[in-house]
Amino acid sequence: MQMDLLTSLYVFMLAAFIGFEVIRHVSPLLHTPLMSLTNALDAIAVVGAIILAGEYHATHPLLAKVLGTIAIVAATSNIVGGFLITDRMLKMFKSSRPKK
Amino acid sequence: MNHFLASDSVIEITYLVATMLFILSLRWLSSPATARRGVFAGEMGMLLAIAGTLLHHGIVEYKWIAIALVLGTIIGVPLGEVAMTAVPQRTALSHACGALCVTLVGTAEFYLRAPGVPRFVMGVLAMEVILGSLTFTGSLMAAGKLQEVLPQRPITFKGQNFVNLGLLGVSIVIAVLLVADPGKIYLFPIIIVIPLLFGVLMIIPIGGADMPTVISLLNSYAGLSAAAMGFVLNSKLLIIAGALDGASGFILSVNMSSAMNRSFSNVLFGAFGQEQPSSGAGAGADGQEAKPVRSASPEEAAAILGLASRVVIVPGYGMAVAQAQHKVRELYDALTKRGVDVKFGIHPVAGRMPGHMNVLLAEADIPYDKLLDMDEINGDLPQTDVALVIGANDVTNPAARNDPSSPIYGMPILDVDKARTVMVIKRSMAAGFAGIENPLYYLEGTLMLFGDAKQFVGAIVRELAGPDGHG
Repeated sequence: MQMDLLTSLYVFMLAAFIGFEVIRHVSPLLHTPLMSLTNALDAIAVVGAIILAGEYHATHPLLAKVLGTIAIVAATSNIVGGFLITDRMLKMFKSSRPKK
Repeated sequence: MNHFLASDSVIEITYLVATMLFILSLRWLSSPATARRGVFAGEMGMLLAIAGTLLHHGIVEYKWIAIALVLGTIIGVPLGEVAMTAVPQRTALSHACGALCVTLVGTAEFYLRAPGVPRFVMGVLAMEVILGSLTFTGSLMAAGKLQEVLPQRPITFKGQNFVNLGLLGVSIVIAVLLVADPGKIYLFPIIIVIPLLFGVLMIIPIGGADMPTVISLLNSYAGLSAAAMGFVLNSKLLIIAGALDGASGFILSVNMSSAMNRSFSNVLFGAFGQEQPSSGAGAGADGQEAKPVRSASPEEAAAILGLASRVVIVPGYGMAVAQAQHKVRELYDALTKRGVDVKFGIHPVAGRMPGHMNVLLAEADIPYDKLLDMDEINGDLPQTDVALVIGANDVTNPAARNDPSSPIYGMPILDVDKARTVMVIKRSMAAGFAGIENPLYYLEGTLMLFGDAKQFVGAIVRELAGPDGHG
């Protein structure tokens, strides 16, 4: 238990550093797609919602099912909408220099 | 505690690969050339993670999961198909959806595990629902303001900051009490309801020009709440995705606040929009009569643009409001055909979210290598013949550079006043969003082009097309 939490904290710290380094290099040109893409990735929370809605719960089964289901709907709409719009935006960015 | 992902190394491996794909996804987004590959990597990671989760042996019922996935897709598709001008409100709405998901899962987790929630888990759980709830209502408010369903004008009242900080303080105290004794189940609803209220109050005083900062900040909160959820569920994948999103939102918030010369703590405590002077309107009207401005017709503007060799166009939110980006593209074409070098100067806070102008201009088919950010274009402006400002105001205000008494003094601006001629398309002489007078308009080299941005640019394009274009 304690080890789990400690490992999680290490993971969080390292991921935050990776995030800063990777995202610092994203051109300001693409800041809007960046935001919609991170939004879609963030909706990975759907995995937690799926397990919540699908697992058997001895206590509060209805609460878990209802909240889990709504949470899946919310997260899925972010996944689908987020990836779709990010790709649509990126498709529009064209260079004036012809591609080889 | 460990009921989540208890077993199956197969599932763990799908999560590991998904994590790698997520990081690559953001890595590839750094340049327009590889960015679409980044989206693909993200999609693959997501599919893999969801497929892996569905294999989880603890799942006993798939009916509601399937219904929810289908319903979410049905809602998600139109959200992915919105017009480019509606992207800021769509983004705010998706922050709300993400925060809703996190808050609901956090709430359910609390009631499923209470009263035996370990203290550390209770702490992150409290953080998860507090951040999630305030991001949910805050983002809905922001989306409402951007969609103009709600009044865009900042609404302020006396003691606003005091009330806001007080509410935040109360929820933190309750959270601490819950950590001290997670058995106090009756306290839990308070750390949902108060942050919900706080989210509304936090956005009420925000005006349109502050939206880029606010959206970035909400983005960061949404990410952090998801990371907190990862701690609660002991899911490394979720911790990493949340940390990446949180870091991204944080970087954008810092960028936006420094582009507006606000300190980050000023932004963090929701005090933005507060410092705007209210004296603007009256002072602007007086100044207007005292100082002469030179205005020009589309014909004159076209003649000057046609003779220029270097032109920089500076778009602002006004261009988006007038839907003028496609006319601007025609202008770009007409000038480029004449051999004029045309570039665009984009201020980080132009528009209503980070990168807003770039997306609108890219949609209008303007090549992205012509869209330059503030630092790049400011080096070019002294050698520029004409700077054409379309619907931007405060980001071109030279007072930010040379008038210490100006409320925006110190804010980095686009130095359009250094160009040989400045042309400003504007509806009237009314003061800009912040109510600050712009001395740019009274400079000797400035020509005011009064009218609607779309119509005016259209008129210039017709003039440039020459006699045959004009009949």
